[in-house]
Amino acid sequence: MIGIRRGADTARGGHLPDTVALFPTCLGDLVMPDTVEHAQHALGVCGLDVRPVRGGTCCGQPAFNAGFHPQARRVARVSLRALAQTTGPIVVPAGSCAAMMSRHWVGLFAGDRDAELARQVAGRVVEFSAVLATHLDVLERGHLSWPGTAGYHDSCHMLRELRLSGEPRAVLGCVRDLELVPLASADRCCGFGGTFSVRYPEVSVAMADSKLDDARSRGVDVLISADPGCLMQLGGRAERTGETPRVIHIATLLHEAGLR
Amino acid sequence: MSEDPLTSSTFAERARVQLAKPFLREAVPRATDIAVRDLRERFAGHDYDGLRELGREIRARTMADLEDALATLTDALVANGIHVHHAADAAAAREHIRRICRESDAARVVKVKSMATEEIALNPALVADGLEVTETDLGEYVVQLDGDRPSHIIAPIIHKTRAEVRETLSRVAGRELPDDASELTDFARERLRDAFMDADVGISGANFGVAETGTIVLVTNEGNGRMCTSMPRIHIALMGIERVIPTLEDLSVMLPLITGAGTGQLITSYVSMLSGPRGEGEPDGPEAMHVVLLDNGRRALLGTEYQEVLHCIRCGACQNVCPVYRQVGGHAYGWVYGGPIGAVLTPLFLGTEAGGELPQASSLCGACDDICPVKIPLHDLLLQLRRTRVDDGAAPWRERLAAELWAWAWSSPRRYRVVTRVGGEVVRVMAAAGLMSSLGPLGRWARGRTLPTPARRPFHSRGERDV
Repeated sequence: MIGIRRGADTARGGHLPDTVALFPTCLGDLVMPDTVEHAQHALGVCGLDVRPVRGGTCCGQPAFNAGFHPQARRVARVSLRALAQTTGPIVVPAGSCAAMMSRHWVGLFAGDRDAELARQVAGRVVEFSAVLATHLDVLERGHLSWPGTAGYHDSCHMLRELRLSGEPRAVLGCVRDLELVPLASADRCCGFGGTFSVRYPEVSVAMADSKLDDARSRGVDVLISADPGCLMQLGGRAERTGETPRVIHIATLLHEAGLR
Repeated sequence: MSEDPLTSSTFAERARVQLAKPFLREAVPRATDIAVRDLRERFAGHDYDGLRELGREIRARTMADLEDALATLTDALVANGIHVHHAADAAAAREHIRRICRESDAARVVKVKSMATEEIALNPALVADGLEVTETDLGEYVVQLDGDRPSHIIAPIIHKTRAEVRETLSRVAGRELPDDASELTDFARERLRDAFMDADVGISGANFGVAETGTIVLVTNEGNGRMCTSMPRIHIALMGIERVIPTLEDLSVMLPLITGAGTGQLITSYVSMLSGPRGEGEPDGPEAMHVVLLDNGRRALLGTEYQEVLHCIRCGACQNVCPVYRQVGGHAYGWVYGGPIGAVLTPLFLGTEAGGELPQASSLCGACDDICPVKIPLHDLLLQLRRTRVDDGAAPWRERLAAELWAWAWSSPRRYRVVTRVGGEVVRVMAAAGLMSSLGPLGRWARGRTLPTPARRPFHSRGERDV
């Protein structure tokens, strides 16, 4: 649908397409592969040459947050070394994982043989919607349309560690017929919290209900987030109760809005 | 409560009790939202973040040389005619206060709301000595009448309905009081007025102790603080040693921070600055004033990675924004301090044996960091406590095993692919058979939430992207 790509500019003597690495993250890879494909496609539409990362698994966050640093390092090292083989920005379609990699990897690998590598790779990590927000012109020209009412849920670490809140909303602003309503609870935790969600399932579910109730009270058809962890939590709860709203990744919304 | 909830139950058990109270989950968010909204609205146009940074600097500077600040404070208090007592722990603090009451032939005590006195469990000790003790903050009064515990640092009965308060006060009145907030308050006011008139000793905490002038600062809204510290013959202030601030100029920063973060007020109804007993020729004030400086685990935190928790000014703001606290309230935390600050302070003050679980009871959302008026990195402190628990071998074997197995499987792309493929099939079969509850952590997830079935074609196996 979008004809103008930076790749096409190359033929006319423009820039070479920017190469980016796409790190799917374990949740994206295993549970939401379609969403990762949507993200890959969206980046491609923006004229980026997208290279999915091979051989990585997880950023190590579940163990890191639970206090198991050696185990977190073992897992993160696999991803770190796989990412070190790539060039250009490392795009992560998961706010919390992006925060883990860019904010905590340096500390996790401090004094380690891969400390320098961690520093280099961490400096290349960029969250997915923040990349799209630098290509709003492309999205604006894309005749994207999604008729309905939406709420946006801020992933805690994306909001408070990466300070990204305007970027995903600006991206959604490019979608016509999408009414983005502000939610009182937009910046309140969904209750996932990694191991917290299985350690205290009742509290975790109560937190999800509080968010979903707020979204319902605003008549939201779809709750959008840029973090698979939050999506799994809120989506899993909504599916169990059989109630609205649908809970989807921002990349999937763009796909449904016709970004292809 | 006779038995210690921290050691006789888990956070999960206590949280379950609280989650079953629909009123709590409605009232706590409502009340805390108002405090946060007022903070944002009333401080709009002021450089509140700049003030927070100034506050952080003052606290950091003071903690860097706490002994020096305390020495200055002690000298100034003594010069003002105030008796100063040092208490290494809760028992020593209780003993000081009991002795002062004994030596002054006291029979009746009135109290200003104070978390430090909660921390040292003062009231039962005084009652055991035969003293008549009356809490005079309205919320604390109700808590005392009910044999309950405060559930929020500054709003002790945030967990109670008006109907419950009415029931409690009606019991004291011996008649049915009307279901009207101002009439209930009037009744309490009359009762408390008698207590103020008859009291021999007034006991308060201290929001701040100003070192250069030897001044104890109290921030209140009900006026009871002023009554308790001026009407009885004796005033005793129990102050955590970390509440010292060097100068009055520093107080000009700390005051709007504590009132703003606490109740969303630019200034509270009353700010009392107490710099000594009644002087010669003065018409009012206590005959004697005592300050008990409480350590109780605070000095031990100096110079450690947890030193910044001593910056806390007990405003309750982190409780107001905590998504966990909003669901379960303060009692779920099992001790005096609830919410994020409680999850950090409890294991540091009581040891990990009793409080070690609390740092797990957080989703690590970081909202507390963003609201804290002195920028305590609570999120980092929670992470550090979790890490220390693991490094000290205090994590249960099931957790250690799970972490090991996960690290083994996830640290090789090949094992990761095989394990998740097999695991995905197991989950699909178990889910179809309704046996999810037997899958450990996954089963606990499936309580209340649908577990996403792993994709048959994960991203890594699609197209030419095979890893």
